[in-house]
Amino acid sequence: MTVEVSSLKELVEQASGDDRSPDTQEYFVNMGPQHPSTHGVLRLVLKLDGERVLRCIPVLGYIHRSIEKISEHMNYMNCVHLTDRMDYLSSIMNNWAVSKAVEEAAGIEVNSRIQYIRTIFAELERIQSHQLWWGVLGMDLGAFTPFLYGIRDREVLNDVMEETVGARLTMNYVLPGGLMADIHPNFVHRVKEFIKYFRPKLDEYDDLLTNNVIIQERLRNVGILSPQTAVQYGATGPVLRGSGVAFDLRKDHPYGVYDQADFEVPVGTIGDSWDRYWVRVEEMRQSLNIVEQLLDNIPPGDFLVKKLNSKIKIPEGRYYSQLETARGVLGVFIASDKKDEPYRLHYRSPNFNNLWCLEPMIKGDYIASLIGAMSSLDLVIPDIDR
Amino acid sequence: MEREALQAAVCELDAAVSPLDANADRAAVVVEASALPAIVRRLRDEPQFAFAQLLDHVAVDWIDRGQFELIYQLYSFKHKHFLSVSVFVPRDDPRVPTLCRVHPVAEWQEREVYDLFGVLYDDHPDLRRLFLEDDWVGFPLRKDYQDDFMLDRPR
Repeated sequence: MTVEVSSLKELVEQASGDDRSPDTQEYFVNMGPQHPSTHGVLRLVLKLDGERVLRCIPVLGYIHRSIEKISEHMNYMNCVHLTDRMDYLSSIMNNWAVSKAVEEAAGIEVNSRIQYIRTIFAELERIQSHQLWWGVLGMDLGAFTPFLYGIRDREVLNDVMEETVGARLTMNYVLPGGLMADIHPNFVHRVKEFIKYFRPKLDEYDDLLTNNVIIQERLRNVGILSPQTAVQYGATGPVLRGSGVAFDLRKDHPYGVYDQADFEVPVGTIGDSWDRYWVRVEEMRQSLNIVEQLLDNIPPGDFLVKKLNSKIKIPEGRYYSQLETARGVLGVFIASDKKDEPYRLHYRSPNFNNLWCLEPMIKGDYIASLIGAMSSLDLVIPDIDR
Repeated sequence: MEREALQAAVCELDAAVSPLDANADRAAVVVEASALPAIVRRLRDEPQFAFAQLLDHVAVDWIDRGQFELIYQLYSFKHKHFLSVSVFVPRDDPRVPTLCRVHPVAEWQEREVYDLFGVLYDDHPDLRRLFLEDDWVGFPLRKDYQDDFMLDRPR
């Protein structure tokens, strides 16, 4: 039994040492941390043979903000606000995950109005997250138009949510015990208009990208991730479902009011970039269905069950809670020592675990395919670094 | 399987496994550090458990007891059940066998815990810092961590 702690420099030197071939030279390229298609500050150290990727070593930590350490000195109400800054495209779902963990641990029951509104907002946010991903995927593959289309429709949805929430990115809407504010009187009406507006746009998306022969060539049979590898490498969310494993917490362990909505979980077949693309586009349709079913049934009631009190105390013990964000399973672990601050708070972020599928997906393939495959993972870097 | 039944069934696997009363929402057990890879491998392979995925790996610094608690969250797609496996290691010599050979994702989850807690994983193929620079001194998520940039807590 040996323990050896190495460094990136040693790893790169070690990996470059086995270059003995007379007709080819293997070399290293740094991709990022400012590369436009890494969607933030992700750095990949690539070992290349010509254009073939032999190794892909992700280097993290460029925007590590030690959210877990900061949270140890904050009460539970404050912890919620930091989660907006992790996966900024699923901020309401992040808030909800912490609120759900705190509510389950402290025994706070919330009424069904709160659950309905949370579920509807989570689905709206899933749609806007996938809209942005769809546009950016087109741009990563060299097509600029989809980005404009995606942002155009996302703006419409953002306006609807902004009216209630008051913010466009770090929404900060869900609290332990309820919501920041009640929904705006226009909300139901405007969401219905949005659904009417966006359904035909999804067909337009299909015309522009899905049925486009260039996109199909770039995505089909590229970055194949077998179901076994996906499970072993910790993938969840659309990445895992693209590989054919029908695991969705909304279906398998329902929370909120997902058990009252009728929806399907789209599943891919061979796990290539195309399957992950198709799963997300299909998820937008399913999310529209969920919102449509729930929208007319929002029951009356308060939007906050408990008066806002920062001194929520949680009994001693370990608590674990999770929910499905736009990218996969977000788990919240709380270790409590009876105080109003967490003794230890840990986030199992979906992107952190999905990222490691990149190397098995892309090994031996071209560097151009890497861009498309990485885009199909839908990485958000602040969520990896936390 | 129900939570209590699952916990009892896992405890019958080996003498190194004992139940943990954790008021978590899932079955929880404690495993001795030396037996960990073998137990997790059996939990993965035996069809009545089928814990195919290592969802998460967390460390907690129980400084008053002088121990680190290492928690592994397992999930079974087949039976749709969760299990939390805890390992206690002493704070002054935190060593535990790696799970990389059983669940490949452990390689990076363990690197994160090494980076922030300084837990050493025996036979880990690539134990490096994950978030911090290679020459960082100390392990920030330990409760007794101090550095020059830390502010006093407002009271």
